[in-house]
Parts: sequence; C-alpha cells; structure tokens
Amino acid sequence: MKAIEGRAWVFGDNINTDAMAPGLYFKSSMDEMARHCLETVDPHFARDVRPGDVIVAGRNFGVGSAREQAAMALTHLGVAAVLAVSFGRIFYRNALNFGLPALTFPNAATVRAGDVLRVQPVAGRIENVRTAAVFAVPGIPAHLMAMVEAGGLMPWLKVRLAKDTV
Amino acid sequence: MPLPYTLTQKILARAAGRPHVSPGEIVTCRVDLALLLDSGGPRRIWPRLKELGVGVWDPDRIVLCSDHFTPAVDAESAAILQLTREFARHFGIQRFFDMRGIGHVLLAEQGLLAPGMFAVGGDSHSSMGGAFGCFMAGFGAIEMTGVVVTGEIWIQVPETLRVNWSGRFARGVVAKDIALFLCRTLGMENGASVLEYGGETVRNMSIWERMVLTNMAAELGAETGLVEADEVTLAALRTAGRVPAADALDWRSDPDASYSAIHDFSATDLPPQIAAPDSPANSGPVGAYDTVRIDQAYIGACVGAKLSDLRMVAEVLKNRSVARGTRLLVAPASTQAMTEAAADGTLATITAAGAYILPTGCGACAALGAGVLAENEVCISSTNRNFRGRMGANSAQVYLASPYTVAASAVAGRVADPRELLT
Repeated sequence: MKAIEGRAWVFGDNINTDAMAPGLYFKSSMDEMARHCLETVDPHFARDVRPGDVIVAGRNFGVGSAREQAAMALTHLGVAAVLAVSFGRIFYRNALNFGLPALTFPNAATVRAGDVLRVQPVAGRIENVRTAAVFAVPGIPAHLMAMVEAGGLMPWLKVRLAKDTV
Repeated sequence: MPLPYTLTQKILARAAGRPHVSPGEIVTCRVDLALLLDSGGPRRIWPRLKELGVGVWDPDRIVLCSDHFTPAVDAESAAILQLTREFARHFGIQRFFDMRGIGHVLLAEQGLLAPGMFAVGGDSHSSMGGAFGCFMAGFGAIEMTGVVVTGEIWIQVPETLRVNWSGRFARGVVAKDIALFLCRTLGMENGASVLEYGGETVRNMSIWERMVLTNMAAELGAETGLVEADEVTLAALRTAGRVPAADALDWRSDPDASYSAIHDFSATDLPPQIAAPDSPANSGPVGAYDTVRIDQAYIGACVGAKLSDLRMVAEVLKNRSVARGTRLLVAPASTQAMTEAAADGTLATITAAGAYILPTGCGACAALGAGVLAENEVCISSTNRNFRGRMGANSAQVYLASPYTVAASAVAGRVADPRELLT
C-alpha cells in the first residue's frame, strides 16, 4: 500500500455516521450524498476537501448507524485515510472493507487543521510535516492486511473466489 | 478442568468450531441467521453479487424485511422495494417480510431467534436480537455482502461487561429509561465489549422490554448486547409458535465467568430519563427539561413502537387529549402490533386522544419516512438516536424518552413526567 501525504481536516469526538451520510439523501446519488457529508459539523468540508486529504478526529469516530455510505462518502470525496483516537465498530469495519485506511491515533490532538501528514498505513507511521513529529501507531490488523492491501473486501473476495477458497 | 466462560465466549466458540475462545482472539464464525433489510440489503448487495458472479450461500439462513422505505412515497423508494421483492424471488428466500414491520421486531414476533445462535444483521440495531440469549450484531452492507457469499464473518472475541439491575421500577419508568441512563453513565464508547444485562429488574422484564436494552447497546457503542435465556425467553418462543431446543437454558454465562467489569444499579429510585439534543448520552432526569415546549411527539422505530410501547402510550392517553399546538405521530413497529393494538382497544384510545397513525416501518427515525422535522422544530421521540439532522432538518432538536414520557409530553405540550399522570 502506498504512503499517503495530505492535508489534515480536524474533528472532535463522537462524529456520527448520520453526519457523514444524512438519511435525507439515502435515495440520492453518491455525488449528492457526498455534497452533504459532515455539513452539520463543518459546512465547508465537502466543498473544500481535496483528494488525498486526511481526516484526524477524536474519540469514537463513526459512532452510530451501520450505513456504509458514511465510509463511501469519504472515499468518494477522495479522503485518503482516517486517523482517530478511537472508532465506532461498524464504521471501522466498513472503512477497511472499502480499502479506506483507518488508524487509531492517540496523539490526534497534536494535529492542527491544514497540517500536512505523511501516513504509512501498513507500517503504522504518521509524520506531521509542520512539526516534524513522527508517531508510531498500530497499523492495519494482521488478519485484515491482505484484504486492505487488495483494495478492500470486494477485490479480496474476487481473489478468494478465483482460488476457490470460499 | 474447563474454565468458566461467558455466554458470548460459549456462542462464539460454538460458531467458530473451537473448544473455547478468549477475549482478543480473532475467530471466523459460521452464521446461523443473516438479517437483510431493504435499506442496506439487496439494493447494495445484489450488484456486488453480480460483479462477483456468485449467488447467496444459503437462502434458508437469510431473513429479508422491507422496512426502511415502506411504503413507497416516490419512484425511488418504489424501485428499492421492487428490487427487494425481485431479490427474494430470484434467490428463493422464503422468509421475506414485505411491509410487515421492522426487521428486528419481526425476528422476535416470528420466533426466528433462539438461545445460543450466532446471527448478524445489516443494521446497527441488530443487537436487539440478543434479548433472546443469542449473539446478534450489526454490520455494514459491504460486510453483509461477504456474509451472503461465504456464510462466515470474522469477530474479535469481545470482553463481556455485566450490567446488573435490581429493585422495582416506579410506575411509569421502563427499560428505555435504563437505556438512556446507561448512555450517560457508561458512555457511548464500549467497543470490544458485549453488554450482558441481568439482575432481578431485567429478569422481571418482558422479552419486549429486554429488547429495548439490547437494541440500545448500539448507542453504548458495544459489540452487541444480550440477556441470558430464561423462562421468559422460552415463553416468547412458544408464543411465536416455536418449540425451544432442549438445551436452550444451557446458554448462560458460567457462575464464576470472568467479566471485564460488573456494574450494579438500582431501578428503585430511577426517574424517567430524557436525552437532550444532540446525543443519547446527553441524558438526565425528566424534571430538568419540563420547560421544553414541543412541536412533535413521535412514537416509532424498532425500539419504541412495539405493542408493549403502544400500550404504554394508551395508558397515559386514556381520557386525555394531545395538547393544542402539538402533534402526536404513531408509527407501529409491525402489522402484528397494529392488529393486536386494534383488537384490545389500545389503538382506539390512542386515536381518540388525537394521535395521527403513520405507516408501519422505520419512518421518521432516520428521516426516511413520514414524520420528518422542519427547521427549528422540537420533537420528543421514543426512538434511539437524536444526532443533529437525524430526523430531518439540521436545526431540528430531538429529545429521546420512553413511550410513557413521550405520551405525557404530548398531553402537556412540553416535556412532562409520566409519573404525574399514572397515579
């Protein structure tokens, strides 16, 4: 998996999946849904986020619903990684299943909005270019490494089905 | 000598085909039952099955319910429901419930869960099924795709957090008040843990009230919630026309099982609880909110519109009326609940008080169906989430409460304590 370098968008604790994928847009296209991603938290996020940017958040990022559109909206907008003190359990699984690296980052509070971060998801290394601080964090769990490196659950299922190991 | 194990360890070991499992271990479990809903079910899974060129692993282990987009209100929702029907037909899914109610409630009404089962659902409130002494947890549609293809899923064996309640509730205080109290007290981040509810208060609860506790294990951020099987569990299965297995009552934690923590609470002095905007954890005793005027009172969702909930509402509304300037919307959780409420007079009491009956389904709880909120409106709701924008406009404010408290508030036109009306 390639290293990631992107600007940080900084959020607080308990950012929920309703905020990432509002129910009002469930029947809309992903373009439309993504335009409203996180608007109740930061009205400018969906407009200003750029492909390759990184989300840095506090505790329990992705608490709430099982809606996979929460993780999909982030990948649709080009978010390259989510670094949080901790994650809601279903969001965490969804993110990795879509190949979106989600890393627990206890020192998330040291990051300022707009800082450029270099992230190595597999090794579990986060570097803040502004402060030159380097953090070792838990990487992708070993049992999910092959799936995440394949690009997520769908590419991984294709590999498994081709080997007829399902 | 065998170690003592929690119920969760026993179920996961059985599903993983291992003699025993320990917290932290990653295991692959065979799925006994998979619940798919119209929201994250066929519409999201079928295109992926086509892309993979495969079918479903076992149509007899799938339960499919249309509940989120019911009834169709526009071309998009009609197409979603149509595709869900085609999926059921194409793959020969016999247990397909089309506009019969909310999936989590139907599983109970139909007696499809049993102690010791390992079940998964494509919705976070799938934890509700744990009231039957089984392990049932929620997952995203992408992961449910994997289940539908392979019949298995990975689980990191969670710790078990035991939550004991003793004592008797005051009249007008119910399981929902416990759930909201726990969101504040234990917080919404109990990841890597299963919440095992027990104690005298829980033992005395109906299966429907236990389901409120396990439902809102989702708000507590737990892997899932469960209640050990007992005679109440078996009676619920028999009512649904099932014969409980001979070993059903063996699915319990060992007496000296190792819990990560044990919490003991008393229900005796628990006042009705309110969760103020914008989080279920932002909760406190009802008295702190009695100046909050409300536009809409909403009885709905898996957690808050079962027959037991409708009866609470009728108890409060008997010989009373909904306040002028406030609307009370009631979306029964299933057609069976609706039928029984009609037969025993519950429904007549509710409508005579001025309530407005909505279609059965998930409705306004997640802003998908009838009853969504306008900007700046204030709602008191028997549902389980009140995040910003959850039930409609971003500036709408949602207070969560029990069906008793929602009904009392509808009568008062402001947040009100049901104990004052139930003397």
